[in-house]
Amino acid sequence: MNLATKVFSNILRKKTLALIIGLAAVVLFVSYLELSGVKTGSFLNRAMVFATPLLFGTLGEIYAERSGILNLGIEGMMSTGAAAGILGAFALRSAWAGAAVGMISGALLAFLFAIAVVHLRGMQVPAGLGLFMFGLGLSGVIGVTHAGEKLPYIFTKTPIPVLSDIPVLGEFLFQHVPLVYLALILVPIMWFVLFKTRLGLNIRTVGENPAAADSAGVNVFRTRYLCIILGGALAGLGGAFFSVAWMHYWLEGMTAGWGWVVIALTIFALWNPLGGLLGSLLFGGVHAFQFELQGLGFPIHILGMLPYLVTLITLITLLLFRRRLGAPSALLTSYTRE
Amino acid sequence: MRKPRMEETVVEMKGILKRFPGVLANDHIDFDVKAGEIHALLGENGAGKTTLMNILYGLYKQDEGEICIRGKKVTIKSPKDAIDLGIGMVHQLFKQVPRHTVAANIALASSPDFFFPGSKAKEKILRISEEFGLKVDPDAEVWQLSAAERQKVELLKVLCRGAEILILDEPTSTLTPQGKKGLFSQLKEMKKKGYAIIFITHKLDEVLEISDRCTVLRKGKKVKTTPTSKATKRFLARWMVGREVLFKVKKKTVKKGKIVLEVKKLRVLGDRGETAVKKVSFSIREGEILGIAGIGGSGQGELIEALTGLRKIEEGRLILSGKDMTKASPREFVDAGVAYVPEKRVEVGLVPTMSVKENLILKDYRVPPFSKRVFLNLSAINRSAKEKISRYNVITPSPDTPAGILSGGNIQRLILARETSGEPKLLIVAYPTYGLDVGSVESVRELLLKQRERKSAILLISEDLDEIMTMSDRIAVMYEGKIMGIVNAGEVTREEIGLMMTGTPWREIPNARA
Repeated sequence: MNLATKVFSNILRKKTLALIIGLAAVVLFVSYLELSGVKTGSFLNRAMVFATPLLFGTLGEIYAERSGILNLGIEGMMSTGAAAGILGAFALRSAWAGAAVGMISGALLAFLFAIAVVHLRGMQVPAGLGLFMFGLGLSGVIGVTHAGEKLPYIFTKTPIPVLSDIPVLGEFLFQHVPLVYLALILVPIMWFVLFKTRLGLNIRTVGENPAAADSAGVNVFRTRYLCIILGGALAGLGGAFFSVAWMHYWLEGMTAGWGWVVIALTIFALWNPLGGLLGSLLFGGVHAFQFELQGLGFPIHILGMLPYLVTLITLITLLLFRRRLGAPSALLTSYTRE
Repeated sequence: MRKPRMEETVVEMKGILKRFPGVLANDHIDFDVKAGEIHALLGENGAGKTTLMNILYGLYKQDEGEICIRGKKVTIKSPKDAIDLGIGMVHQLFKQVPRHTVAANIALASSPDFFFPGSKAKEKILRISEEFGLKVDPDAEVWQLSAAERQKVELLKVLCRGAEILILDEPTSTLTPQGKKGLFSQLKEMKKKGYAIIFITHKLDEVLEISDRCTVLRKGKKVKTTPTSKATKRFLARWMVGREVLFKVKKKTVKKGKIVLEVKKLRVLGDRGETAVKKVSFSIREGEILGIAGIGGSGQGELIEALTGLRKIEEGRLILSGKDMTKASPREFVDAGVAYVPEKRVEVGLVPTMSVKENLILKDYRVPPFSKRVFLNLSAINRSAKEKISRYNVITPSPDTPAGILSGGNIQRLILARETSGEPKLLIVAYPTYGLDVGSVESVRELLLKQRERKSAILLISEDLDEIMTMSDRIAVMYEGKIMGIVNAGEVTREEIGLMMTGTPWREIPNARA
């Protein structure tokens, strides 16, 4: 009993300590921003915009990995999504249509990947790398006709009434284009589906022990197809967000390796959509912060490195301190009955 | 689904034929089960029992033959179809997700609810576990459970799905004697309620103890179906193996020599950084077999790896023939005369894609006669390979065949040929007969006893209590990394070992003669 209380108070103390350090860091950061003349609200607003494509990608990859499939081709699907999105927006004269086309292109690429790794039982890592290179090349081919051209059809900022008037928080979360809201709404929905519904239980079981799922009457193949294609659609949407909703033009290589950041964020999130939100915001924040520092005269190339450096450091720290992260047990294994 | 009457034939399989590449796994097998009976399906490994049941459960599709359930002809394409027909299967390796709770594992199979399947299934689980006396905490995560409890979860899973036809694939292989007793009484309870139970096994005693009828398969063919009351152990064995089998190994008395291995207060960590072996001490003499019994995962694996230099020793000392080997590398252990027959034969015991003859010199390739300066002496390798293959009766198409394609028994004899031909001082064998057919079991045990007569010290790890009890001179029982007691093999009963395996130290067992 004595021991139990001791252990418990120990944990409590550690958590409190972490909380205090975290709060102190936030307070320091905000006061620093305010002192250097940056409005915290607008800073957070930008961070949320940067976080959105990452959030789409990470949510999708979390589902794919939860079903036991590591799709390294996110960057490829994002690139294609960005190019196909701009193409679709020009052709159909609507930003929404562009986003939809980007999504479909990602889903189609993911479908090819699914055939390779689920049906043909190919190795997931080389297949994913192949998908990355294919998607990257494809984006160049289809995007070239509209490269650098300004897109006239864009999303309009739709502040949410009442909520957007809250100081700081309103600017942070409620003064955005609709796609940002979509990403934010997806977080609790995808969390709920994954952990509180039968579909989620099926997905998680397929990723932990496909033989158990099969034996219980769950269709392992169909579940994995569903998750991979969902992941591809969201990655494509994330890519389209770059070109259609954020920059309003397309340039080759504009996704700049953020698809790889998604892979890291999925681990950082511990395969949980809520963690995906946290990680995306952290990365988006660092990315926004580098622009502030640029204004203060820091060398631009070192700053450009910052987001990736932060990703690397978080991942290493995480891997060092959590021996067992709790990755889905069947990740990277293909399934067959015989 | 209507409740079948007692004695009604609920499953009828006619002329089932199933081919795998190069093998005829089921050759026109007829099989039937009645409601309210336990029907044992007996056969050696590879006889086709599991294949036949996987067909009934929809995991495989038969090439020929038909299946009738409750008199109606059916096609079973997937486990889902089988579940809908009221068939449930408890697999040999539990199909469970260790990280999910018991309720989530069961809900996966049976929940009709889209939202909150885990928490909504709890009520049903509690009701059914009450009815059949299968007590398990639905909120516990599966990795926390013992093998017996996991078995209960598997049974509950099947019952919650509403199955009335139960297939149990070697359900006792991971259970203690007490766990087995519990399972058998639960099965008898189900039988009384009109469930049809198919019990796959290769253990003759279990057939005689629990079943009403039994069907014997051999090499994919049905040998016989008979009421168990008319069968004897000798007949069953002859039908199963196709010849007479001796049930007793002849163990000569061997005079024990000097102490070969001495282990003092060993502490070893497991893969997750937990202490897997806790202050374990024992010794083995020349010509002695020390058996280590225990439920799988009680620290035996980590102990063996520490004794072969594969795992770091955190505390304690390891002395081999008077020499301190606590910090020695695997090669130093090999050079000191320690031979090792690992649990994972194909993964650890050999290189499956390399040839038989190459596998035979994995430990000696760098010493004469097999090595000539930087070259291999192929003629010496070939000669020695041929000699060992015939001496150890390894059945292989040629010495150049990849070792991985041999059958289990031949792989084990191949490993034993490599490990024992060098006259080892200490032979460590882990689960030497697990998964082997009766014939191979005999030959492997004889080889081990021969080694004992040659004055090797032998450490035998096994989950098969019969094997431990017949082979060992002394028996140590491990539980959660600790040794519960070391006793002479002649002075202990199965029940006492079972108690030690579940955590009762020897000195606390009533009537213990210690």
